Amino acid sequence: MEQRSRIASPVVWQLLSFALFFGLWEVAGRWPISFAFPPFSKTFMALLRMIADGSLPKAYLSTLQPLVIGIFLCSIAGIGFGIGMGLSRAIEWFSLPIFIVLQAAPMAAMIPLITYMYGIGLTSKVLAVVVLAAPVIVMNSYKGIRNTNPSLIQMCRVFLGTRRQEVIKIILPHAAALIFAGLRLGLAMGFIGIVIAELLITPTGIGDLITYHSSVADYPEMFAAIASIIVLAALTIHALERLERKLFPPEIRGS
Amino acid sequence: MSADAIVEVKEVGKTYDGGVEALTGVSLGLPRGRLSTLLGPSGCGKTTLLKIIAGLIPPSSGEVWVKGKKVDGPGPERAFVFQDFALLPWANVLRNVAFGLELRGTPKEQRFEVARKQIAEVGLSSFESSYPHQLSGGMRQRVGLARALAVDADIILMDEPFSSVDEQTRRKFQEELLELLRHKQKTVIFVTHSIEEAAYLSDQIVLLSPRPGTVSKIIHPNIDRGGRDPDEIRRDKNYLDVVDEIWQILKQYI
Repeated sequence: MEQRSRIASPVVWQLLSFALFFGLWEVAGRWPISFAFPPFSKTFMALLRMIADGSLPKAYLSTLQPLVIGIFLCSIAGIGFGIGMGLSRAIEWFSLPIFIVLQAAPMAAMIPLITYMYGIGLTSKVLAVVVLAAPVIVMNSYKGIRNTNPSLIQMCRVFLGTRRQEVIKIILPHAAALIFAGLRLGLAMGFIGIVIAELLITPTGIGDLITYHSSVADYPEMFAAIASIIVLAALTIHALERLERKLFPPEIRGS
Repeated sequence: MSADAIVEVKEVGKTYDGGVEALTGVSLGLPRGRLSTLLGPSGCGKTTLLKIIAGLIPPSSGEVWVKGKKVDGPGPERAFVFQDFALLPWANVLRNVAFGLELRGTPKEQRFEVARKQIAEVGLSSFESSYPHQLSGGMRQRVGLARALAVDADIILMDEPFSSVDEQTRRKFQEELLELLRHKQKTVIFVTHSIEEAAYLSDQIVLLSPRPGTVSKIIHPNIDRGGRDPDEIRRDKNYLDVVDEIWQILKQYI
């Protein structure tokens, strides 16, 4: 038993899982389930073609712009706001209910409203990212601040720490891990936001590639575009998760 | 009240927001340079009383005076050792021990020098750069004690400091605490629910009765500890009598 489990390391299982998935995809595509559903091999070839002719890199340049701007805005204002809510009863009192509602609400439903108010430009797309990403970033920052071990705060006070020292030396380091996790979750929401925006507001970037190739029935290209954004989002989030574990290993986290 | 009481508690009462009365009419004096224990069953408000003396909780009524001044918050003459250690998980032993001085703005070199000395005194010299999660419970509490000693307060308040360490470590730690304090002019106020611990360590035992907490009796164990083997003290007739006397009183609150 022990011998066998040693042979199969987690990496092997993960690769097997991918191979099985792509294999099933290939079979399903060749069956065929639908003419609009290409097998894995054709999709992969289309992906390589789109990288080679520059259309995919170009699309990503325009897709990533509102995503980066949106996440940047959220990480400044959202974290700031979350910290403010955690530190001040007054800010908490009037804004916590709003963010609890926002976090539970299907924010994608607001995108038509954003288009109506801000048109079809970059502003709307940035807003779509912000609207989806902000609630989780704010709430995580808030919870990080609120979950500070009360015993550490008493320790700071009994050794004559000022409120400022309490915030800088105890509360913020304590909250850092949860704030970072909030950014990671916010980025995941941001990916959703930007794809919805590019499909609903105006077709640009990766949304344009999906819409265009589907309209001219280039299904392998369409699937390649969809798969590429899924892979990009998954890899980015996974990398952030690893960074998070490296920066804030569980044993030095506050809670 | 005795003349050399460094801490005086005058008619202190505490009622929490929900209307729970934790303490009522507590008056006592804690002698300078001695180890006093606050002993009682859970719910007798002993930790509340200690935190009121520390200035962490304001009393609802009455006053606490420390070194002739009325307490209205924490002060430099008082240091605290926490039940759950309250160490910064992201800081190593050296920074944790120096943290009290860091908050006071002592320059780095200077506070690390003091901290190193205290770390050596509690026997953790080779662990200066370890993190709390790498230490056992007993070692973590030594770090907590070293941090309290590093700020050079006259009064050290200890809130059930040994309750989360195992029995062997606890006994060893008690002996070391006595040894450590023999050479320092520190006043120690120690909260515990262990009768043996109170009798073994204390010059004065304040027995508190529960709901609401109030002083039920003050005992001065007259145990000769001078240079004696700990096991010998634990067989001492006075020690056994004190343990029995406390038990007879506490029994009625169970």
